[in-house]
Amino acid sequence: MSRFMNISNALPLARWFGHRHSRTSPLQLLLRNRLAAAGLIVLIAVCILALITPWLPLHHPNQTALGNRLLPPGSDGHLLGTDHLGRDILARILWGTRVSLSVGISATLVAATVGSILGILAGYFGRHVDNILMRGIDMVMAFPYILLALAIVAVLGPGLLNALYAIAIVNIPFFARNVRGVTVTLRNREFVDAALLSGKGHARILLTEILPNVLPVIVITMSTTVGWMILETAGLSFLGLGAQPPQADLGSMLGEGRRLISTAPHVATIPGLMIFLLVMSINLLGDGVRDALDPRLKAGALRRPAARTRTAPAARQQPTGEPKGLLEVDNLRTEFHLDGQVHQAVNGPTFHIEPGECLGIIGESGSGKSVTAMSLLGLVASPPGIIQNGQVNYQRQNLLGVSDPVLRGYRGGELAYIFQDPLSTLHPLFTVGDQLVEALRAHRPLSYRAAWQEAVRRLEEVRMPNAARRAKSYPHQLSGGMRQRVSIAMALANDPQLIIADEPTTALDVTVQAQILKLLNRLREQKQASLMFITHDFGVVKQICHRVAVMYAGEIVEIGPVEEILARPAHPYTRRLIGCVPSVDYEGGRLAEIPGLPPQVSNLPVGCKFADRCDQVTDQCRAAPIELDTLNERHQARCIFAREVSA
Amino acid sequence: MHTQLWRYIGKRLLLMIPVLFGLSIIVFLIMALIPGDPAQAILGAYATPDNVARINTQLGLDQPLPMQYITWLTNILQGDFGRSYAQNRAVLDIITERFGATLILAGTALVLCSIFGLLAGIISASRQYGLADKMITFIVLIGISMPAFWLGLLLIMFFAVDLRWLPASGMYSMWGGGGLLDLLRHLILPASTLAFIATGVIARLTRASMLEVLRQDYIRTARAKGLHERRVIYRHAFKAAMVSVVPVIGIQAGFVLGGAVYVETVFQWPGIGSMLVNAISQRDLLLVQGGVLIVAAAYVVFNLLADVVQFILDPRVTA
Repeated sequence: MSRFMNISNALPLARWFGHRHSRTSPLQLLLRNRLAAAGLIVLIAVCILALITPWLPLHHPNQTALGNRLLPPGSDGHLLGTDHLGRDILARILWGTRVSLSVGISATLVAATVGSILGILAGYFGRHVDNILMRGIDMVMAFPYILLALAIVAVLGPGLLNALYAIAIVNIPFFARNVRGVTVTLRNREFVDAALLSGKGHARILLTEILPNVLPVIVITMSTTVGWMILETAGLSFLGLGAQPPQADLGSMLGEGRRLISTAPHVATIPGLMIFLLVMSINLLGDGVRDALDPRLKAGALRRPAARTRTAPAARQQPTGEPKGLLEVDNLRTEFHLDGQVHQAVNGPTFHIEPGECLGIIGESGSGKSVTAMSLLGLVASPPGIIQNGQVNYQRQNLLGVSDPVLRGYRGGELAYIFQDPLSTLHPLFTVGDQLVEALRAHRPLSYRAAWQEAVRRLEEVRMPNAARRAKSYPHQLSGGMRQRVSIAMALANDPQLIIADEPTTALDVTVQAQILKLLNRLREQKQASLMFITHDFGVVKQICHRVAVMYAGEIVEIGPVEEILARPAHPYTRRLIGCVPSVDYEGGRLAEIPGLPPQVSNLPVGCKFADRCDQVTDQCRAAPIELDTLNERHQARCIFAREVSA
Repeated sequence: MHTQLWRYIGKRLLLMIPVLFGLSIIVFLIMALIPGDPAQAILGAYATPDNVARINTQLGLDQPLPMQYITWLTNILQGDFGRSYAQNRAVLDIITERFGATLILAGTALVLCSIFGLLAGIISASRQYGLADKMITFIVLIGISMPAFWLGLLLIMFFAVDLRWLPASGMYSMWGGGGLLDLLRHLILPASTLAFIATGVIARLTRASMLEVLRQDYIRTARAKGLHERRVIYRHAFKAAMVSVVPVIGIQAGFVLGGAVYVETVFQWPGIGSMLVNAISQRDLLLVQGGVLIVAAAYVVFNLLADVVQFILDPRVTA
């Protein structure tokens, strides 16, 4: 049954087979996986034993000796005992394993061949061929397949070969589906078109271009189905529909032994154990192969993020003095550890927010502004994120070091978030009213009904049209603007002291953007809350922020009052960002854009991180880290020429 | 919501028709491909010239294949599945007599494997790479690799022969049996056997989709709201993960119905599965045909139920 899950995995696997430039080879990874290695060893041992069985000094598997009936394991001359006809079980097990293995492998080969041919034809020719073949496959898959196998055996008659055919036939769909999927993508690739243009026939293209590329998928599907097919053929034999006496495979031996279960249990349990060992070792190996080849598992991307970002002890110290403003961030350092590399996303920004203030945080994507914001309440996904250092001081506590319950109390209570894309950040399966109720009840002892009324009131507060009815809607039934209003209502549900808004208008169109900005600003004034507004747009900053921090490569490169920075930007990056905003008096010509890309945070330069993109760069800029230069008590910039420019 | 639900169910019922049609074609074709004289094969040892002539006209076996199919389908739609010559009874009677037992067994197993599979998957995902996860992963692997018939025998050996806690076979006790309690005592071992094997797949899939869901933005939102991690996992993540797990539970119904063949044989459970095995050894082909059709149809219905549950879970699915 594990096959159902492997279908979706086949494609990325095939891709992975193609390029093996990874640091550790799949084989190394496989062997590092102890279980998979154990499976491999057991499997090899069983195969070798099965291969050399005819030359081993064993009793004849069919030689009966009624005087020696049902000897227990460990008897003299019969290591595993004898069965009801006095036949040596060890010999029968080894010969039976040979039969089971070869039937299982043959069935796999038959299914793989036929299924792959069907899959390749359907995928390559498409249209009618695809339609007819795949509808047929769907029909076969509409059966519980053990049943289909039974029906086939019923018609062909009991027998090992017929069982083999039956099992092969019911497994054809799995190969056909996987192979078709890969073929369809290959078919649309340029090298197939090139081959067609060069005048090659279909047959040659299928054999020389398609088949070699599909082969890995076939092999993987085989490795994941062979265990199953061995199990299934053994099952048919167990029912008496496969191997017929005197021929015996593991399944039929188990079937014969089952009547003796109360008197001589070893006759049935030993063949069963052998089947189990065989299938288990194949499955262990198959799982190991899949894990080693699936790039997503390798990158650690499938790791589950913890409830809270991992925080190093250095970042958990409690503050000594009185914190500045409502919330103070001091030397925050957040890293991502991916694939053995350290990405320094946030490199020590230090800033604070006054009560009732709107602080803008601006930067390009990848500048670390969102990670900074999410670090405050431990919302950075971890793994791979880790907060190495710094403090986030609120009410004389370092939020990075408080206990989980205390942190939960702040999250969504006094400190609330609004995220960027309300479609992906609202839960798709709960009504928006329900999600609001949950936010309310997480912090206040309200009955569901009372909370629902409060939720509707909160929706009205964010000017949601027809709030009572909209509360019963699911996110996908609302427009982008309405969804963002829901997010805002949810963030404001418990009257927070600080709202952290992470690009709340980026996913919206321009007119809705303006409405949402106005709404946020109005609510901030009404509630006397502080707002930390993250954006990449100086136009937005100009509209609603009092102060702004400009971030680049995880650092603050300039911070100060908005009017002052707009009038006299001290850092070349700030000037470029301001240049990106179309102004009212902007007439034609090109909008300035910033040439080049931000530095890679896994390999940051020593000196000024903007040096590579700066047109005023000197050797001095690259020599050593640049400190923030205090231009006046409210305005700082991280540029050695800051004073010359702003003077 | 209710009108929508009924509309959806109606639509799915309509869509079932072509599927059932396809199933009937496959079953018919398999039977039509019997090597040699079909009448002879169907009648087996009971092939007197009289019987052969009667079955030839009854099933239209002297007509071309498409006509045969139409005759066959019309008969079945009228509830005439033909006669079992080995038992000298109408196939439909035998099937209705045994179908209940299979439904009880498969239904119980399906409920058990869903509960345990989901639980194991959630625990596994929420303690990824922890001890509990490793143990569950290993047990799941054992389940997937374990032959159901062998597990059944081991359970009989242990719980019925050695400990004498539970009966080894049948559905009711021979003497003084009957009643729900007696049925439950007989049901425990076979249902657990069938469920253990199927639990693995559900647990694996639940784990994978929980891990996928836990990385979504809306989970971060739930945490940002200040929700307890338990609530995040059991309410937010679990509901979203269910959307991809439920269809697989539907597919598992097929596995459980098929696996019932082994389990019913081992535990001598008087259902369709053990009937099929006997019918195949006796070459009682019309009985096999009827049994296969009815179980396949049951599978289609289980899948329909899974679809309906998914519709209720996921408001984005439209009727």
